Amino acid sequence: MESIIEQFINGLRSGSIYALIALGYTMVYGIAKMINFAHGDIIMVGAYTLYVTTVRLKMPVIPAVLFTVAVCAVLGIIIEKVAYKPLRNAPALAVLITAIGMSFLLESVALLIFNANPITFKSIITIDSVSIGGVTVSGITIVTLVVTLICMVSLTLFITKTKAGSAMRAVSEDRAAAELMGINVNRTISMTFAVGSALAAVAGIMFVCQYQSIKPMLGAIPGLKAFVAAVLGGIGSVPGAMLGGMLLGVIESISKAYISTELSDAIVFGVLVLVLLIKPSGLLGRNRIEKV
Amino acid sequence: MALLEVKNLGISFGGLRAVDNVNFDIEKGQLYGLIGPNGAGKTTVFNLLTGVYRPTDGTIKLGGIDIVGKSPSEICQAGIARTFQNIRLFKKMSVLDNVKTALHNQIRYSLVTGFFHLPAYFKAEREMDEKAMEILRVFDLDGQADYLASNLPYGKQRKLEIARGLATNPKLLLLDEPAAGMNPNETAELMETIRLVRDRYQITILLIEHDMKLVSGICEKILVLNFGTELAAGAPEEVLNNPEVITAYLGE
Repeated sequence: MESIIEQFINGLRSGSIYALIALGYTMVYGIAKMINFAHGDIIMVGAYTLYVTTVRLKMPVIPAVLFTVAVCAVLGIIIEKVAYKPLRNAPALAVLITAIGMSFLLESVALLIFNANPITFKSIITIDSVSIGGVTVSGITIVTLVVTLICMVSLTLFITKTKAGSAMRAVSEDRAAAELMGINVNRTISMTFAVGSALAAVAGIMFVCQYQSIKPMLGAIPGLKAFVAAVLGGIGSVPGAMLGGMLLGVIESISKAYISTELSDAIVFGVLVLVLLIKPSGLLGRNRIEKV
Repeated sequence: MALLEVKNLGISFGGLRAVDNVNFDIEKGQLYGLIGPNGAGKTTVFNLLTGVYRPTDGTIKLGGIDIVGKSPSEICQAGIARTFQNIRLFKKMSVLDNVKTALHNQIRYSLVTGFFHLPAYFKAEREMDEKAMEILRVFDLDGQADYLASNLPYGKQRKLEIARGLATNPKLLLLDEPAAGMNPNETAELMETIRLVRDRYQITILLIEHDMKLVSGICEKILVLNFGTELAAGAPEEVLNNPEVITAYLGE
């Protein structure tokens, strides 16, 4: 019994990371109607930035984390301005290919700077694990869950309760009408990329603290799984991305522990196929939930 | 000086000359009608005025300043707001949020203030709520402020579009067929509302309409377009009795 609870909590931890990344996919999709395949690599950039700031530059943890988040947010804005903005009226396929190209570019640049050897990274989170009634929860798990919760609550408040958030919702629903109501669409799109990338940076930080190894391809797999999570929850839906990420993490963790480690990915993707067969728009997709 | 001065306005889409050599001036506070048969280029003129299309020829001056080449959001901030022929509300947002979105440029607070819900955020949001509710009250929509826009009945959605346009604090409000699909009672009520809005907010209104009763009832001046060019302009009774206009609408 304890072990299944532990697996569940572990699943929530990796699910949190997927959810944070999935939010970026879903928000960008909602606003710019594109899949930003370079999004996963933002995690990698975040991981390396954290490594450079804490290990090489010996910055204290809090400023290093803030700096990392800022770097990723700015990178997100730059990527959009350079690669996607010129293609705003281009066919969706051109944008998709550009996004994949951008992903390779980021990975290659990381490869050039840091080379392919994984760098060992010592977690910046030094909280002891806690044992509650026989269930042991590691410090990193606690931090990940708490940070994710804070991110999700503040993101939801930001989207539903602030001016910038309502501008995002308006642009996502009808870009032309929003523009005619005086909303600066370019700024709103930049902001969406910034927020999405900042969340990916947070995910990246949690990810390296967990796995303690950094390599240029680090973002690819979590990025892909987060994309699956976003589709599972209903792409374009913010609560959907949160739910999809968590669900994916838990299914993965439980199947790893009780069915087979090798098959866990197959099971995860199997669930995706099943959900999409029954509900093609994803769990919370379509009209029921507001898009961003 | 007129509020809006349009000179020699024209646009081509490939070989199609959708609007050609259109000239008109709208005085401040005027209720101006733009009419013409289907496909005459009325909505295209609206799209030119609001920056959705960039004219191939001519100038558009608002309060003496040329606005050609500006983006739709800049033109909106300069003081032109509009509604749409096919309702384009933010359907998944509440009635109140629709109006608040349009208040975007008048009440500002920084992103940081918003993200951390600093005191300035609450003050600004409260101010926006009050302003939005005040506008909704004019249109008798305050009771449905929390409804999703898509759940409003048709006539009220049309009104909400006007309310949203008004919330951008325009000097000139463009209404694209505000009475389309309304029954005679609703149209009569709408006429009252349009007049009230003009007087209360001291704005200028340019409207496209097919309902001649509405046009002749409230417009002070009318411009008739046909095949993208001016057919006639002047006071309603004069224009509507013009044989050329009648021919354009009804045929020989």
